[in-house]
Amino acid sequence: MSRLIRNAVTMLLVMTIITGIAYPLVATGVAQMLFPHQANGSLIVKDGKPIGSELIGQYFDDPRYFWGRPSATTPQPNNGTASNGSNLGPTNTALRDAVQQRIDALRKADPGNATPVPADLVTASGSGLDPDISPAAAQYQVARVAHARHLSAEQVLALVTQFTQGRQLGLLGEPRVNVLQLNLALDGLQSK
Amino acid sequence: MTANDFIQIGVYLVVLLLLIKPMGRYMAHVYADQPNRITRLGGGVERFVYRICGVNAEEDMSWKHYAIAMLLFNVMGMLAVYAFQRTQQWLPLNPQHFPALSPDLSINTAISFITNTNWQAYSGESAMSYLTQMAALAVQNFMSAATGIAVAIAVVRGFARKTVKGIGNFWVDLTRTTLYVLMPVSFLLAMLLVSQGVIQNFKAYVDVPVAQTSTYANPVTDAAGNPVKDASGNAVTKPAQLTTQTLPMGPAASQIAIKMLGTNGGGFFGANSAHPYENPTPFSNFLEMLAIFLIPGGLCITFGEMVGDRRQGWAILATMLVIFIPLAIGVTAAEQSGNPILHSLSIDQHASALQSGGNMEGKETRFGIAASSLFTAITTAASCGAVNNMHDSLTPLGGLVPMWLMQLGEVIFGGVGSGLYGMLAFAVVAVFIAGLMVGRTPEYIGKKIEAYEMKMASLAVLIPCALVVICTAIAVMTPTATATVGNPGAHGFSEMLYTVTSATNNNGSAFGGLSANIPFWNVMLSVCMFWARYMLAIAMLAMAGSLAAKKHVPESAGTLPTHTPLFVTLLASVVIIVGALTFLPALALGPIAEYLMSAH
Repeated sequence: MSRLIRNAVTMLLVMTIITGIAYPLVATGVAQMLFPHQANGSLIVKDGKPIGSELIGQYFDDPRYFWGRPSATTPQPNNGTASNGSNLGPTNTALRDAVQQRIDALRKADPGNATPVPADLVTASGSGLDPDISPAAAQYQVARVAHARHLSAEQVLALVTQFTQGRQLGLLGEPRVNVLQLNLALDGLQSK
Repeated sequence: MTANDFIQIGVYLVVLLLLIKPMGRYMAHVYADQPNRITRLGGGVERFVYRICGVNAEEDMSWKHYAIAMLLFNVMGMLAVYAFQRTQQWLPLNPQHFPALSPDLSINTAISFITNTNWQAYSGESAMSYLTQMAALAVQNFMSAATGIAVAIAVVRGFARKTVKGIGNFWVDLTRTTLYVLMPVSFLLAMLLVSQGVIQNFKAYVDVPVAQTSTYANPVTDAAGNPVKDASGNAVTKPAQLTTQTLPMGPAASQIAIKMLGTNGGGFFGANSAHPYENPTPFSNFLEMLAIFLIPGGLCITFGEMVGDRRQGWAILATMLVIFIPLAIGVTAAEQSGNPILHSLSIDQHASALQSGGNMEGKETRFGIAASSLFTAITTAASCGAVNNMHDSLTPLGGLVPMWLMQLGEVIFGGVGSGLYGMLAFAVVAVFIAGLMVGRTPEYIGKKIEAYEMKMASLAVLIPCALVVICTAIAVMTPTATATVGNPGAHGFSEMLYTVTSATNNNGSAFGGLSANIPFWNVMLSVCMFWARYMLAIAMLAMAGSLAAKKHVPESAGTLPTHTPLFVTLLASVVIIVGALTFLPALALGPIAEYLMSAH
């Protein structure tokens, strides 16, 4: 029995060194060499300073910007240190109320638009940090953004098309539009 | 369902089947008694490990010896994980200065990770230091997976060997699993995940200015840090300016690779595989789904190779697929149909070329309905428990599927190793029932199945069922537990049923609306996770010991062939009937009741 205990303790130590120290360190070294941009968070850098990540959504509620997926993180939306979904059950009236409020907010920002709102634009994402919206959700907002920025709808739609990614490898996942990159491009368009 | 939903399921199954066969054959070589190319290649490192640890690799252990070694090793692991969590504030690699975790949460997490459950009552990015993540949690991701696989291989040896006492050497099986199977595949997977955008660094969190500032309602706290409430019990808030966003960092990819491959499922971040840094693209999602089934599927092939009849392995795999495929389609169809309570609002839930539509609450845009639903079915068929969408927000029937997949005993692929030995317990029950029908002594893989084997198989089948039903009943009768549910009505009951089901079957996924970090849940779920995991493993090792000592019975005209479609049907029926009889009443009170109410 004492030999078994000795085996167990030393085996745990050796395995901790191999799988818990050596493996992540080697993986970090190789990852930093092969894919430094991705390994460090796919940061968007402007003038040498990070201003966001391609993968982490930010919160937008100004009519001049495209809005992203609603975020259920607390206390602020799109909180990078508290990723979470709403975890509201499908028949919970709180879910229905939240969706109705989001529809109302979209309607208020764009009174002329009475088309049904694409589902992903009024339902909270799983992580609370979803960087994307569906192309349908982007097109729904084109008229509002164009109006608020005094741009033509064609100009804005062209940007949306430019930032629309299709299914990966043509069949995986869903088509999507990266909201932060699209909004930064919009700002860039007008600062020129 | 859309055509694309079917295509994504179909492509996944084809690629999976292409990978399973070479993986299974490879593992059969890894555990072979005779030296071969693989064990010669890594033999130096392997022998070095044995020398340091004082292991005699030639020693063939009896089942009791094997079980004691397994238990001792796991308990040592538990103590180590507990110690790391309680002392992380004094240890290095803690750039966010996280304090120690509470004792009940620490014991819950420790048991959760050694049992391959990876139930998480904490949120990684706001609780665990990098050192705790990698040297405590990720190590147990490897070790709990290796333990499961080792036990499965020992059980397979019970069928493969004739008239011997030993079923292998636990230390050898553990070491070989780690060195030859888990480490190389994890490393490769980690690099592929980084290429897609999963982070892998040791930096402190990064603050970035947001593109558009906004205001939000910030809860007011008193001097002690408790939220202040007004007279009617609502939290008092004051407007705050949102100007920066904090991006979490850390060595995520290395841990996420083994989290998927070892069917552990414990997320590096709170949102698990829904987090864009943990699962950034549809392709990373595809890789993670493949990694979950790779070893549980491959082990079916390994089983066939080791018992010298490949058809036996394919029959087990076919049984798993026969149950898995309809349920995966079921959850996808339920989610694609959208949420009925939103139909009356001005919302478009229809699938089109421009959106996936469907029930998008709790789902990520890049995954949509197909890649989220398939992930849900895979992660709960296997006892992985990683989630790429919030299961609590699934439609009533969509949520029933993952719950029932777990309740079937985690044998539809199941955990690495534990899925195979769980399914072999069902196979023993199935041949026994067939034997009763024709009045013959049942045989499986050339071994007579007698009273002792039946007792052990029954224990393995019934222990998790009993624990789930009894512990859910206890929770329902305990006011401190019912106070933790996050949704009203039948869904609140579903949350508790899901929680106990997930812990007992060592899955680890959650209906996350339930606030599980209270002493009641931490303690009760620890008990469920521990007993279900080790009672089952020990019962199966005992069966293996008894089988290994038996002589081989040659096939005769009266032997029920166990590689035919007839046997696959019989085995699938036994699994489904046990699962349905035990859980239908409970499911009727939860998801089925919720479905019937929402249908109006």
